[in-house]
Amino acid sequence: MKAGSEAAGPGERLIATPSQTVGPYLRIGMEWMHAQDLVAPGSAGAVPLVGTVTDGDGEGIPDAVLELWSPPAWGRSLTGDDGSYAFTVVKPAGVVPHMDLLVFARGLLRQLSTRIYFPDETDANSADPVLALVPQRRRETLIAKSDPSGGLRFDIRLHGPDETVFFAY
Amino acid sequence: MTAVAGHPELRFDPDYDSPDYRSSATRSPTQPLVLLPESLLDGGGPVFGETPLTSSDADLTLGGHGEAQGQRINVSGRVLDSHGRPVAGQLVELWQANAAGRYRHEVDTHAAPLDPNFTGTGRCLTGPDGAYRFVTIAPGSYPWGNHANAWRPAHLHFSVFGRRFTERLVTQMYFPGDPLLSFDPIYNSVRSRRVRERMVSSFDWDTTEEGWALGYKFDIVVSGHLTTPFEQPSAVRR
Repeated sequence: MKAGSEAAGPGERLIATPSQTVGPYLRIGMEWMHAQDLVAPGSAGAVPLVGTVTDGDGEGIPDAVLELWSPPAWGRSLTGDDGSYAFTVVKPAGVVPHMDLLVFARGLLRQLSTRIYFPDETDANSADPVLALVPQRRRETLIAKSDPSGGLRFDIRLHGPDETVFFAY
Repeated sequence: MTAVAGHPELRFDPDYDSPDYRSSATRSPTQPLVLLPESLLDGGGPVFGETPLTSSDADLTLGGHGEAQGQRINVSGRVLDSHGRPVAGQLVELWQANAAGRYRHEVDTHAAPLDPNFTGTGRCLTGPDGAYRFVTIAPGSYPWGNHANAWRPAHLHFSVFGRRFTERLVTQMYFPGDPLLSFDPIYNSVRSRRVRERMVSSFDWDTTEEGWALGYKFDIVVSGHLTTPFEQPSAVRR
């Protein structure tokens, strides 16, 4: 049966629609809601979060879109020609402050899911049950770096020995 | 094949690393992904109910000073979760090539005409029953550089939001009977035939309008899981 009209009986699970790549032309469909400020720049606690998305050759990825989930805030940033992106964020509340980040790009048949932790939360981070699931030597890929200007930097490497940790669920 | 650390029974379909799709070679993870148990997943998500959209945002044929060229189609369906419950009030985004197989994007150099009256982008919010509806133009097939004489089957790009970040889905809707489907590395990156057929819409008389437009139905099911259990071939016995 094709994906015409779906219906689930009691206790049944529908087959999920599979993911496909956003492709090289995502900009025409997704740029209308370029929403990189999760909080207003200059508001209390607001800091810039910047980084670059790179492939296995270390090249910046110009056709990627990042979505940052920090309920109730949400943001979307499309990468520039050099693979760079930017958000304005505020550290969320919580025992271990962190944000969820989804990466979409040409070449990714489904999104990648990662987390951004804060560099000034060493004690909280060391007690986090999610970071504890990550091999020690790779944990630092999930912790943003402090920028000399007071902002945060979180680079995303999709492929290679020093690649960012991605999660499954 | 991309693995989930410590969980050989879980796989991805489509996989991140899909050799027939060349662009995945340097953009797919090489390290095993780390499984987050349900108890450690974050909830919540964006609510788009206040997003200022009008019905013209869902009619891609009205894009310019005149009517877009090509075969008009009505594309409608529902966004559901895996229990069949509607996902209400959430955003659906659509983008596509025009009738000649050309995107309005500076990277697209296909020698096919642009249509001044077709931007190829639309968006809407799902209703209380999860329903969405677009009016658009049947997209053309187009060549791409993946392999010799490579042509993408006609498709619409769909981006849908579930209720939490785990239900986020970007997919492509295909058309029934397209002869290019069986040759397409992106469509066939989904190895289970039963699963990839969820991306093929159905021709629909109920939404076909007399003297005006053809109708296609496409329900979208968001699952909340990136992984699927590996399907053991039942015929294999030890």
